Amino acid sequence: MEASTVAKLTGSGLDKKTLLRFLHQMLLMRKFEDKAAELYARGKIAGFLHLYNGQEASAVGAISTLAEHDLLTTHYRDHGYAIARGMDLNRCMAELLGKATGVAKGRGGSMHFFDATVGMLGGWAIVAGHMPLAVGLGFASNYLGKGQVVLCIFGDGATNNGYFHEALNMAKLWKVPVVFLCENNLYGMGTAVHRASATTEMVRKAAPYDIPAERVDGMDVLAVREATQRAVDHARRGDGPYFLEVVTYRFRGHSMADPILYRDKAEVEEWKQRDPIVIFRQRLEQEGLLSAQEMERIERETDELVAEAVRFAEESPDPPLTDLYEDIYANP
Amino acid sequence: MPMITYREALHQALREEMTRDERVFIFGEDVVAYGGAYGVTSGLVKDFGEKRVMDTPIAEMGIAGAAVGAAMGGLRPVAELMTINFALLASDAIINHAAKVLHMFGGQMSVPAVFRMVGGGGAQLAATHSQSLEPLFAHVPGLKVVLPATPADAKGLLKSAIRDDDPVLFIEHALLYRVKGEVPEGEYLTPLGKSEVKRQGKDVTIVAYSKMTLVALEAADRLSQEGIEAEVVDLRTLRPLDMDPVLASVKKTNRAVTVEEAWRTYGIGAEVASRIQEEAFDYLDAPIARVAGVEVPLPYAKNLEQAAIPDANRVIEAVKQIFSRAAA
Repeated sequence: MEASTVAKLTGSGLDKKTLLRFLHQMLLMRKFEDKAAELYARGKIAGFLHLYNGQEASAVGAISTLAEHDLLTTHYRDHGYAIARGMDLNRCMAELLGKATGVAKGRGGSMHFFDATVGMLGGWAIVAGHMPLAVGLGFASNYLGKGQVVLCIFGDGATNNGYFHEALNMAKLWKVPVVFLCENNLYGMGTAVHRASATTEMVRKAAPYDIPAERVDGMDVLAVREATQRAVDHARRGDGPYFLEVVTYRFRGHSMADPILYRDKAEVEEWKQRDPIVIFRQRLEQEGLLSAQEMERIERETDELVAEAVRFAEESPDPPLTDLYEDIYANP
Repeated sequence: MPMITYREALHQALREEMTRDERVFIFGEDVVAYGGAYGVTSGLVKDFGEKRVMDTPIAEMGIAGAAVGAAMGGLRPVAELMTINFALLASDAIINHAAKVLHMFGGQMSVPAVFRMVGGGGAQLAATHSQSLEPLFAHVPGLKVVLPATPADAKGLLKSAIRDDDPVLFIEHALLYRVKGEVPEGEYLTPLGKSEVKRQGKDVTIVAYSKMTLVALEAADRLSQEGIEAEVVDLRTLRPLDMDPVLASVKKTNRAVTVEEAWRTYGIGAEVASRIQEEAFDYLDAPIARVAGVEVPLPYAKNLEQAAIPDANRVIEAVKQIFSRAAA
């Protein structure tokens, strides 16, 4: 093995290959989302399209801690999680274009990515609705002795919903192996956190349920990973649920339909100075773990993957009309 | 055949299915020490332990959501929501999630969960504890909605519901738990989605479900004394709705009356009547009559409540009106 491949970022304990994979994944997410925005503007993608730009460090850092048999459930801004979990990029893009080859056969669209083969169990579009589902999945894991940890990702808006409180209460009561990860991007759609939540620190909302919790910098992929690793280890040991507040920021609007009237451009610019991809790239460069050639390769590879996904999606057939009546019942 | 109560029949179904399949577990409000609000789960914890019979907080959104997750995780949950009135709180998890998973996610996973609950009025529990909300849920593709009228059906249908791979709302009637009936000994299943003729007759078809099936049978017995032979069809499952026995019956009797405890407007009778005229119009000798709950919030006072819920007198009246109209 070359010396360079085992070099580690100071304090991270991760080898170079892993670190460059993180950069690769974050960049792939960013490019996938930018391309999706473009295709939406061109009328190729319809419906609601919620893009993940700015929050990439959370998905990459958190999901990198999961084992192969673990499970993931997320809210509807779900493209990044799908990519981090290794879902097929071509089929993800095909889903956005409503094609038969999509991850949900073109039935779910942007908000309902799902791939049981990699444990990505949705993509759920009712705010906080998937939180008790995660409890149920964790319960099943305990009941059947599967040893799965369930990572449940939601936004700050979900913490004000009844589902959130019922789910946390049951999770602790039944000691299920669920990691609740709250991405606090400071807005629930267009409503600032302080206008919707009695406390602006989501981490405090775990306290009434006696669930260990921590707050982490969501623009730092390694900080997210480190905290999530603690949470996953805790759950895997059988010590029950864990709560993380990942403080982040979304660079684009809530959805493509959002004119963004509720926040200052200056605020957006300020957060963009903390772009998780730029920060991580600079850190790797400073420590000599990323050469210009390597960066060029990552840029090229991610461009090619996105271009290939678009080509695949565009060439894929629409779902057949007979598909309308399929899968309404498992036992019709 | 042994005569047992509706409650005992349900209890037997749970016990047999839990014995047969380790993945079946019960969780819900007051199912352990209390034994279920209507006593159906009484004693199960002694034989199956707290791993498989679990109390939950009074949190219907969470219970139903956790049931969906547990089903997706490989279990066969029987979630007890106590009453259909409280199922309104769970309706997001049931309608937005349980009913959608299979189709919306491309057929990758189904949700084999049973949601047990009590429905119906007549026990003087007033407006928020007496409703017949099954039409709300029967409206939704992806759900199965089952309402047994007899102990034999209660047992056979609950066993089928637990084995079914789709989400099933299993709605028991509050006033039926102490009703006794013949129940076959040993293993048997009653298929979901099959209506059944509960009484043969040649003059008029009465279509009912749940407790109203018993009301229809009482009306049919009394009509028989007056020379009118009514055929009673018990729908048993509202979705999927099996119209075949209804249509076959109407083609024979040429008249139909629907009976339901739920409100009349946009109700089950409206759907059944519409289907009859679509598929058997030429056989009808009279307009189809609907007997249904009076369209008010159910009051507490005994006389007011009784006036709001259909009884045999109202069914007989409706049948006679059809005949008088046909004769005119």
